[in-house]
Amino acid sequence: MSRTIYPRESLSGDPPYLHADYASTRKRSPSKPLVIIPHTLSELTGPVYGHETVQEGDNDLTRQHLGEPLGERIVVTGRVLDEDGRPVPNTLIELWQANAAGRYIHVRDQHPAPLDPNFTGAGRVVTDSEGRYRFTSIKPGAYPWRNHPNAWRPAHIHFSLFGPSFLTRLVTQMYFPGDPLFPFDPIFNSIADERARNRLIARFDIETTEPEWALGYQFDFVLRGRNATPLEDPHDD
Amino acid sequence: MTEARRYGVQPGNPDGVTPSQTVGPFFAYVLTPHEYGTREIFSKDIVTPDAVGHPIRIEGYVIDGDGEPIIDAMLEIWQADGDGRYAGAAPQHGANTAFKGFGRSDVDSNGFFAFRTVKPGQVPGPDGTTQAPHINVGVFARGLLKRLFTRIYFQGEPANATDPILALVPKERRHTLIAARRSRGDDTVYTFNIRLQGEDETVFFEA
Ligand SMILES: [Fe+3]
Repeated sequence: MSRTIYPRESLSGDPPYLHADYASTRKRSPSKPLVIIPHTLSELTGPVYGHETVQEGDNDLTRQHLGEPLGERIVVTGRVLDEDGRPVPNTLIELWQANAAGRYIHVRDQHPAPLDPNFTGAGRVVTDSEGRYRFTSIKPGAYPWRNHPNAWRPAHIHFSLFGPSFLTRLVTQMYFPGDPLFPFDPIFNSIADERARNRLIARFDIETTEPEWALGYQFDFVLRGRNATPLEDPHDD
Repeated sequence: MTEARRYGVQPGNPDGVTPSQTVGPFFAYVLTPHEYGTREIFSKDIVTPDAVGHPIRIEGYVIDGDGEPIIDAMLEIWQADGDGRYAGAAPQHGANTAFKGFGRSDVDSNGFFAFRTVKPGQVPGPDGTTQAPHINVGVFARGLLKRLFTRIYFQGEPANATDPILALVPKERRHTLIAARRSRGDDTVYTFNIRLQGEDETVFFEA
């Protein structure tokens, strides 16, 4: 059987499917073992979406309506890299988040906090030739959920990234440094390893901060990468 | 200010692959926004006029460990065209740029989804083998801390018997990967239910 090309060990930081403290995993996690398969053409290829998918302004969530949204303006910027440090250029990033009051525009969000008519919380951007991206937004508020009594999600932004193959697909959440809710959040803590958990916390950066305008955060995404060493098998391109 | 200052104090790059987190319950207005009246860039109908292959529908339910429908899931499909060509593949694999091969769908309030696509052809497998027609599927949902990966195979395909990936699946579970075919009017419809847990749990892969 042919060898793995994207090392599976690189996924060791991922949470398990079953994390009982996060109640929704109990009936949604597979109970039978996953079947480990080699990486075939179907896994090594993947959808390629780049600049044709975004429009001017999709990465500035503060300018999608007539007025200015309420809340603390932020810039979130960084790079998309693979695990060997190579930039991932021209790849689509999608983002969604709550407004400053902790409310999503989603129809099923029932949190009794106000919607902001000037904020949707939807963004898209494509990385440049060095894998860089940049969003301007509003710092999302914490919000309650029904997982357990007095459950609150730390402030977070949801991200979706493609990368170059089916295997590099990533959906994750970015958190903000120093959030007092970290110890109480079963989703954040579903990642057992502290170092891996901390990869999801953005870094406040005074250099990224824009004077008189917006607080700056740096956040890099690291996607799975192919083995750095060339493979002997000529069929693996 | 220099790069050294910017990246020197704390490492600018994390020390490993960014871990996955759940897509949560509130993704639809960005990822599958057809009900929000905003621009949708991915679709559940991926049949383009120039797509090579027989048009089919793939329908099913996403079901949890209690047998209840999951109403806040998102599915993504990735497949070759009818000639077994993946968009963006290296030329020696017969790249096809006309058919994108990627679809995304939410589920409705009954946990039901439906894709329109073309039946994929056969693509190379490991070590000189050939794979039976199949579609890679990613499942995202509230309560899924990371994507679930499964494959749709097709009822009535002789190549299923020699597929190198199906061969890795315990015999008694293979049926969970094979979509049942029927006709509805002029349509060829394949039914593929996704059971996340329990009796007849769908086979999920790690790759
Ligand atoms: Fe959220």
